[in-house]
Amino acid sequence: MNARILPYVLILPVTLFLCLFFLYPFVLVSKQAFSTGAGFTLDNFREVVSYWKFPISMQNTLLLAAAVVPVQLALALLMATMVNKMQKGRDIVLYIWTIPLGISDLAAGIIWLAIFEQSGFLNSMMNGLGVVDQPVNFLSYQHPGIVFLAIALAEIWRATAIMLVILVAGIGLIPKEYYEAAEVFGASPWKRFTRITLPMLRPSLQTALVLRVILAFEIFAVVAALGGTLFPVLMGETYAYQFDLLDSGAAAAMALIILGISIAFTLVILRVLRVPKGATI
Amino acid sequence: MTDATADAVAPDTRATGRYLYIASIALLCAWVIVPIYFLLINTLSSPETVNSFPKPFWPEFDLGSLTFFAGFAGMLTALKNSVIVAAMTMVMSIVIGAPAGYALSRFEFPGKGLFRLLILLTRAFPLPLLALPLAVMFIQTGLDDTAFGLALVHTTLAIPFAVLITFSLFSGIPLELEEAAWTLGCTRLTAFTKVVLPLILPGITASAIFAFVISWNEVFAAAVLTIENRTLTAFLLQNLDTSPLHLKFAGGFILVVPALIFIFAVRKYLFAMWGIANR
Amino acid sequence: MAQIEIKNVAKTFGAYQALHDINLTIEDQEFMVLLGASGCGKSTLLRIIAGLETATTGEVWIGGRRIDNLSPKDRGISMVFQNYAVFPHLTVFENIGFGLRMQKLPNDEVTRRVERTAELMHIEQLLKRYSGELSGGQRQRVAVARALAMEPDVILMDEPLSNLDALLRMEMRAELKGVLAESKTTAIYVTHDQVEAMSMADRISVMHEGKIVQAASPIEVYRNPSAEFVAGFIGNPPMNFLPAKPADSGKWTVAGQMMDGPGGGSASLKFAIRPEDLRVADDGFKAVAKVVEPLGAHLLVTCEVDGQLFRAVLDSDFKVKPGEILSLTPQPDRVRWFDPQTTLAVA
Repeated sequence: MNARILPYVLILPVTLFLCLFFLYPFVLVSKQAFSTGAGFTLDNFREVVSYWKFPISMQNTLLLAAAVVPVQLALALLMATMVNKMQKGRDIVLYIWTIPLGISDLAAGIIWLAIFEQSGFLNSMMNGLGVVDQPVNFLSYQHPGIVFLAIALAEIWRATAIMLVILVAGIGLIPKEYYEAAEVFGASPWKRFTRITLPMLRPSLQTALVLRVILAFEIFAVVAALGGTLFPVLMGETYAYQFDLLDSGAAAAMALIILGISIAFTLVILRVLRVPKGATI
Repeated sequence: MTDATADAVAPDTRATGRYLYIASIALLCAWVIVPIYFLLINTLSSPETVNSFPKPFWPEFDLGSLTFFAGFAGMLTALKNSVIVAAMTMVMSIVIGAPAGYALSRFEFPGKGLFRLLILLTRAFPLPLLALPLAVMFIQTGLDDTAFGLALVHTTLAIPFAVLITFSLFSGIPLELEEAAWTLGCTRLTAFTKVVLPLILPGITASAIFAFVISWNEVFAAAVLTIENRTLTAFLLQNLDTSPLHLKFAGGFILVVPALIFIFAVRKYLFAMWGIANR
Repeated sequence: MAQIEIKNVAKTFGAYQALHDINLTIEDQEFMVLLGASGCGKSTLLRIIAGLETATTGEVWIGGRRIDNLSPKDRGISMVFQNYAVFPHLTVFENIGFGLRMQKLPNDEVTRRVERTAELMHIEQLLKRYSGELSGGQRQRVAVARALAMEPDVILMDEPLSNLDALLRMEMRAELKGVLAESKTTAIYVTHDQVEAMSMADRISVMHEGKIVQAASPIEVYRNPSAEFVAGFIGNPPMNFLPAKPADSGKWTVAGQMMDGPGGGSASLKFAIRPEDLRVADDGFKAVAKVVEPLGAHLLVTCEVDGQLFRAVLDSDFKVKPGEILSLTPQPDRVRWFDPQTTLAVA
């Protein structure tokens, strides 16, 4: 076949597929969000924004992202640098650390439920240590802080792995000579980390952060498993509009709001961590 | 004198640092494993133990919870649906995605930049949200509440990964090998099947498994798009409020097991795949 | 019979013109070397002949058959690649037999031909191994054997020795030349190494900026470079140049010396002489020695003549120190002249 046409033939299936199941529904969702049956309107947005749960679920989602993502970034960086200079057992440690990559948010929620529920392991441990006599119902409206903590821990536990993988791959691409050169010039390990690893890792940091932040705004099943209705988040509200309230216009509007936030944050990350042209490895 | 003291101290601090280093690695391993272990205890305990207090820290190896799970109405069907949807997703995303990955690695063509942008855009998008309008579209086309319909959505989720991963895999096979095959009597197609495919097969398998896991774990779209034919995730989500603890834990465990196996199977490729997919 | 004719072949990549109107005929059983610096278009030309690249315009004929519209497999060629391209998932045997299997030859014929070419390349003991278990030199042998087993009309080689270390390269060079002469195939060999080109070629095509500057036998290219570029490219060190001004009675003034030179009344010319064609004599160019390098077989002296860089290859017993002034005389029959406007040789 002609080499000029062949690449287009090869990308055609993906393009068609994405047009049909990505671009087209995206147009539909936008149309649905901006109409209530009769022409263009912002009624759906007005409705969801003025609902009493909207500010709190927005606040919860943002707070959670703000609490979780930096911890994950720091943890992933720590793990990646630790594993980088490891000789023995590197494979097994990396395997263990990447296990959560394959675990769904729902399963992660259930795992942490086993720890935080009233008859769970945290209560059992505290009982064993004599801190409490009676099991405490942590995941209740009396302990909003613990509910938040449980959800944040579950998220950190589950989704640090994806950042770790991206960063380990990124660190692997940094040539060893740079470190050796820095060492010859007398840079301390900490200086080497801040002056070489971090700047050279910028493309990977970008990818990792964009991916994580977007996923953080989509948080849903972990919350459903651990907090239920105690801790409303944007994605959960979207689900509620669709199923409990059967208001797909409002659900679409919520979807676009989440999308807007995601895009805004993506642009900010890309801007802050942008790599100057020609400064790549 | 000062020199001698410094020399005497240095090995000590180094040893301390070494212990600290090993201890933190062990601690971080425990951080990942212990929660899974707790879930294992719950799964391998009788329903009574699961609901009792305080919890034992050893599993009693009672299959009561798992039996209950297997007997719970609709649960096995949901498990079966999950497998079917994930398998379909796996096949579709590779069959559709791999040719594009090959095109990206082998050809320079006008529109390549735009195509890559479309792929990256898809990855940077809260995709499950698109399940909402698709629900309407599927009702119109009769795809609603079918495994195939859900698999289509999951394929949309998995395709950007499939394209980028296969792109990086194909880029790892030197073009020279294909050219050599052409000069030795191969057509583009036979060069691909006789030279490229055998070399790339393990990597393709890894990315197929990755697609399987993406589908297996997906909750939101599955919950939106299926009603009668729930997948395991959707079924568990729907029954979170009402189902007893031992059912949740057994279900959660069943969700986790494939993850353990799959991540083990693809561990060699995980980092190579992301190395190039970064760019 | 496999004569190769390249007619008016040009190639552009976007705005960049890689090849300008190439015309070249390679005779049956000839060993042709395309020689040039990287980026001169030599590999592009080879790949156009192989069918791995399409010419923008022009025709390629092999054995009286126009082949530029055929795919590589139908051109009667086989090729040896720079990085060997030995298939890692196949044994050496299956690598060598790959092309024969594609032709669906019977098993015993494949075995016979694989064993014969393996013996020719001295790798018959490696047939069961995989490429990962071979050294660079052994892989190179497999790649050549694979190309020869096809018994092609034309064998194309793209810098096949450039990844080998110096000693191995010299050994393979001689061996390859012998094997190819025996196989009686027409060969086109791309290299940037002039020693390789000089030692192996029947004819060398020197390429520069997408054009063939000179296509001639190695000794002709060395003795009578057709253009200033060839004179400055071939030879290590290359030719010396000095500006020449016309003097009375048809003579030329070169660095204060009177020389016999070509007529024709040009306003100026360039005088050229190889460093090894200089002798120390009383009435020569006044050359100030700058660097003296004893190279064992001879002495390389880098000097300055009339403000120009000038090298001389002298007997290794000759005594000279930096700063001393030498008097160097060119061997008259080895002097060459170039026109600075056209850069071409003037007789």
